[in-house]
Amino acid sequence: MRTALYNFAYRRSPDQDAHTPVRHPVVVLGAGPVGLATAIDLGQRGLPVVLLDDADRIGEGSRGICWSKRMLEICDRLGVGEKLVAQGVTWKLGKVYSGDELVFSFDLLPEEGHKMPAFINLQQYYLEKAMCDRVDEIDTIDLRWKNKLTGIEPHNDHVRLTIDTPEGPYTMEAGWLIAADGARSTTRDLLGLKFSGVTFEDKFLIADIKMAADFPTERRFWFDPSFHAGQSALMHRQPDDVWRIDLQLGPEADVVEEQKPERVTERLKRMLGDIPFTIEWISIYRFNCRRLDRFVHGRVVFVGDAAHQVSPFGARGANSGIQDAENLAWKLAAVLKGEAGPSLLESYERERIQAADENIAHSTRSTDFIAPHSPAERQLRNAVLELAPKVDFARRMINSGRLSVATIYDTPLSTPDESAFGGSAKLGGPLPDAPVRTRDGKVSHLLENVEGEFTLLYVKNGAAPQVPEGVKLTCIGEDLADVDGLVMERLDATPGAAYLLRPDQHLCARWRHTDAGKIAAARNRAMGRG
Amino acid sequence: MGKLTTQLQFPDPDAAYVTLVEARRGLSLEAASELDTKLVLILANHIGDLDVLKEAITLAKSAE
Repeated sequence: MRTALYNFAYRRSPDQDAHTPVRHPVVVLGAGPVGLATAIDLGQRGLPVVLLDDADRIGEGSRGICWSKRMLEICDRLGVGEKLVAQGVTWKLGKVYSGDELVFSFDLLPEEGHKMPAFINLQQYYLEKAMCDRVDEIDTIDLRWKNKLTGIEPHNDHVRLTIDTPEGPYTMEAGWLIAADGARSTTRDLLGLKFSGVTFEDKFLIADIKMAADFPTERRFWFDPSFHAGQSALMHRQPDDVWRIDLQLGPEADVVEEQKPERVTERLKRMLGDIPFTIEWISIYRFNCRRLDRFVHGRVVFVGDAAHQVSPFGARGANSGIQDAENLAWKLAAVLKGEAGPSLLESYERERIQAADENIAHSTRSTDFIAPHSPAERQLRNAVLELAPKVDFARRMINSGRLSVATIYDTPLSTPDESAFGGSAKLGGPLPDAPVRTRDGKVSHLLENVEGEFTLLYVKNGAAPQVPEGVKLTCIGEDLADVDGLVMERLDATPGAAYLLRPDQHLCARWRHTDAGKIAAARNRAMGRG
Repeated sequence: MGKLTTQLQFPDPDAAYVTLVEARRGLSLEAASELDTKLVLILANHIGDLDVLKEAITLAKSAE
């Protein structure tokens, strides 16, 4: 079994020797993917961030492996996206089997001309390592390992934190505490917040194994295969000849017995035959679909699994957590810089609760299909599987996980359209990517050129409109050439059209023709001042 | 092919499936079977076409 891949050193902070607790504008709790993304995004915006983690190592178990296009686009802005894609396994084909027979396959091939693929598979520890390396490059992030939260005292304009370390406890104050401390959030427990939803009784074995196999680079999912009768199975490729195997065990499975390597080996041999393999990681899970009623509690803001939890079918956990991080970071930065009032954070809660509810609904439906609650529900599920080889409608009802896509925010930050727009761009959604060429002749992509600040994309038609301070003007046809015509197509653009993008690249206003007044009003609205 | 539509007609197939699942949540196999029987009668009458009904029966019996 694998031990930790990367170790980090605990270092004493001057805060531990301070006579009165030191106040920091932002403390992020938890250096998993979501906490790291939050810290990097805030750090890139020039804000000082203290990032705490109770461990001092990463790499015990692959955990999350499936990273979505939108998550990769965000990571690209955070400076790690290209590294992840280079390291990861890009895939787009999924196959679903009933028994041993192929009944359904899907191709996630996205539109042409996007910088990022639909999905990559990559062990979570590689993502965390890439993010930790990025943190090292940002002077304003103070990452403290082996710092464990043990107490919170909420005040009107800060929270006081008690932190335990190998050298004993200390206290500090945070203007804002971002709780990215995972599904078993200490912050949530200390504040006594309810985390309600559905628990699924079925247990699942997750094993990562190393083997040299020439299986295709596809997501393969079986309902009731002969090698694992009556249950589901999933197989997915990761880098380094590592494969994720996920076997449903049913509600009665004995957690201790089923985790014994000899027992797991026996199950895997039935699946893999004579292919030699070694076990990297074993875990047994029961899934929950639940969330906090509110994500913002005074000066404490919850992100990622600390705020909401889903089953892994659909890759909606860490991928949505990183979208929480990007949604929060620009808003919190605007509040801390005095450009927006704290009410802007209400939109974080509204938008990300909308996303969490979408993810929970999809995840619940997938889990209902994969793990029926009763013989009567299983009967309906099996009827769909039996009809699937024969008829289209049944194939389309097979649900082995509907894969994560970005949420189109229904939000007061958006200015309603005054004219109709087609194309794949949606008001409230992230801008679709497309190939462009920059002024200096470089081949590039649209999203790389919309970086972390309010941006007005203006389609050249005479003089560009005035933009208010804090909005960057980018002219299609001048700053960026629409080399394949896909920007115009995806934005349903016409000469003179203008598109206002938030710092998280979500579209918040668009016009066929606009002027300085409309742009300023839309920007105010998107800053929560509307 | 006859008159029976087997192409997906629901814009959101997952919502349709979950509606059917939730209808039988908490029911025994026997109670679910009674529910199904009533549903068959209700939906057969709604379709109101004997040819479609016969085709559907043939399809259901062939998919085992």
